[in-house]
Amino acid sequence: MSTLEIRDLHVAVEDKEILRGVNLTVRAGETHALMGPNGSGKSTLAYAVAGHPKYTITSGTVTLDGEDVLSMSVDERARAGLFLAMQYPVEVPGVSVSNFLRSAVTAVRGEAPKLRVFTKELKEGMDALSIDPAFAQRNLNEGFSGGEKKRHEILQLELLKPKIAILDETDSGLDVDALRVVSEGVNRFGASGETGVLLITHYTRILRYVKPDFVHVFAGGRVVEEGGPELADQLEAEGYERYTKATA
Amino acid sequence: MGLDSKPSSTLHGTASHDLADFPVPTGREENWRFTPLSRLRGLHDGTAAGSGTVVVNVDAAPEVTVETVGRDDPRIGRAFVPADRVSAQAFTSFEKATVITVPKEAVTTRPTVVTLRGEGGGAVYGHVVVAVEPLAEAVVVFDHQGSAVYADNVEFVVGDGATLKVVSLQDWADDAVHVSQHHAHLGKDATYKSFVVTLGGDLVRLSPSVSYTGRGADADLSGLYFADAGQHIEHRLLVDHTVPDCRSNVDYRGALQGDDAHAVWIGDVIIRVEATGTDTYELNRNLLLTDGARADSVPNLEILTGEVAGAGHASASGRLDDEHLFYLQARGIPYDEARRLVIRGFFAQLIQKIEVDEIRERVLGAVEAELGS
Repeated sequence: MSTLEIRDLHVAVEDKEILRGVNLTVRAGETHALMGPNGSGKSTLAYAVAGHPKYTITSGTVTLDGEDVLSMSVDERARAGLFLAMQYPVEVPGVSVSNFLRSAVTAVRGEAPKLRVFTKELKEGMDALSIDPAFAQRNLNEGFSGGEKKRHEILQLELLKPKIAILDETDSGLDVDALRVVSEGVNRFGASGETGVLLITHYTRILRYVKPDFVHVFAGGRVVEEGGPELADQLEAEGYERYTKATA
Repeated sequence: MGLDSKPSSTLHGTASHDLADFPVPTGREENWRFTPLSRLRGLHDGTAAGSGTVVVNVDAAPEVTVETVGRDDPRIGRAFVPADRVSAQAFTSFEKATVITVPKEAVTTRPTVVTLRGEGGGAVYGHVVVAVEPLAEAVVVFDHQGSAVYADNVEFVVGDGATLKVVSLQDWADDAVHVSQHHAHLGKDATYKSFVVTLGGDLVRLSPSVSYTGRGADADLSGLYFADAGQHIEHRLLVDHTVPDCRSNVDYRGALQGDDAHAVWIGDVIIRVEATGTDTYELNRNLLLTDGARADSVPNLEILTGEVAGAGHASASGRLDDEHLFYLQARGIPYDEARRLVIRGFFAQLIQKIEVDEIRERVLGAVEAELGS
């Protein structure tokens, strides 16, 4: 049973403190929704846990199954079983999707998959997410629409099979059809019960497709309220106003 | 700059077959200011001692004729006039020239490979003419290897409706000095594709230029270079649009790593008053992989007519993008491999344009070797 444990995490960007003591535990088999207004630090949490160099950890701990995540390089974190689906995946010219995916799968699994097996696996993964097979030959994220980028993030999630996945506003910018396809992918990933999901979102819309076990309200750089799925319904009705006022 | 004015570019002001018309450069001249003259071994000031050896071997396609001729051959200097001191020095100093002729309407069945192997010693001057007669099609590869102090001029005369694809590989030994002029003279509806790859040598200065004699001609000039510690690699392009409705596309990309690795790219495109309907684009990108490397990139686009189909240029020099590396690493790919993937990607589209399989493989291999070091 995998556990991601974030304890009293403080994070700064260029000397400005963004996260102010985050406590959060995500276990295998659980789906958590982290909800909050724009600018509350949700994405900072995601990128800090993934190890983006822009974010400085000033205090606190992050562990995955007891291992110190913060002492790992970005790629070590991924190989240890953390995954971040990015809100704005970057375009990488000249690197094809298939080459990228094969390199990533090889790195995470520790050995190169047989080409034939991988090709089949890739095709099935793309079919399930309604991704055009021609995508495999395109340059990574180059010229992809917003929806295509998000599907591609979920394809990576399904191929890499991490222990804990953090999805940073994967629902933003998606139309209803794409949202459904992406949500199904997230649910397939979570279905094994051996993986944990931290779904970061601004809106409750995706929670109709991906049912959270726990909902956390994030404001002012920390978790300010926690509850079950009913908390999302309350946010839907009342908005974030009362939290933003409290932390202002 | 008025529409009726002559090009203001002073870079190519002098053109002459006579060495005496070119004063010895001091390094302050616009066209010499980036070149470390002290490393030219005297090619620029007449002090270079002769007596070196560069062995020229041509493995020709069966449809092609190859001749070694003397200085007085009438085909020499027809299409081209030296525009700088070293080019003029080479033109007045070479002893034998190689003339490669692709007969009218012939379509060659395989590439013609010209191997130039430096065997050390003093300076060597060379001259090559590649004449592709009307409606013929050919691929010519120049493969420069070994150790040499070499100055040469290569004339490409591409006839009406003819197609010439050239790959020039500068894969010299570490101590080589090479100063070269590649001039393409394009007939009506001619197609010229040049792919320059510069990897080895202490100092390589290569100046590809294009002139047009009839409408509808198309020039595509690509280049790839990798400058390591201490290397000076300079490419100076000039495309002179003097007739209407021709095209040119320039795409040069380089990576630099190590102390005092220096790359220079000059891209001059002139669209003369009479060259209406010209379509041109030039691009140079440099990837600085370490501190201590330096890239100079100077695009000059001079447009003297108001009626162009397209004209643009872009130049960018920078480091590897941290966001690219982060994305790949966030998927478990270790830093070194992520770096290799991104650099390979930087060159990939360019390398795919090399149509000779074995050269493409060799260039890919050479890039891999550079990345491994």
